[in-house]
Amino acid sequence: MQIGRVIGTVVATRKDPKLAGTKLLLVQPLDPAGRPRGNAVLAFDSVDAGTGDRVLLVQDGKAAIQALGRGVAAVDAAIVGVVDAVDIEA
Amino acid sequence: MFLARVVGTVVASRKDPGLVGTKLLVIQPLTAEGAPAGQPLVAVDSVGAGYGEEVFYVRGREASVPFLPTEVPTDAAIIGIVDERHTS
Repeated sequence: MQIGRVIGTVVATRKDPKLAGTKLLLVQPLDPAGRPRGNAVLAFDSVDAGTGDRVLLVQDGKAAIQALGRGVAAVDAAIVGVVDAVDIEA
Repeated sequence: MFLARVVGTVVASRKDPGLVGTKLLVIQPLTAEGAPAGQPLVAVDSVGAGYGEEVFYVRGREASVPFLPTEVPTDAAIIGIVDERHTS
């Protein structure tokens, strides 16, 4: 899993049927210091996250399918947690 | 999933039988703000996307899922068309 920040939302009427009704959020992955790392990922939200939240992001088909819970689906990214705190020992 | 814009099409007469009848589109990955990011790639379309449209695509094994039960050998598939994008 990675830590990321929710930086936006996407609305898509025409999409894979398995994604119907899901909330799609743009997540910017962060490095341990909290700086942006790489390109933004579009993930569906399974934990009621919102813009500005720090979240746990999975980028794996199998993990995303489990989080979606609708059987085999064309998904490769999911938000699976909202981060309250991270403590990294120096 | 990732954001991208459809920037082209690919025609390939000789291809894996699983790709017969699929629409191959060249897509340019985008940042959250809509700027080009990284190199374009070829993806199979599953939602009727067209040239110039902003879309999102899935990578890896799950890219073949929208076409089941046909086994389409692809590692990238367009699975949605973006109507609106809001970034903060």
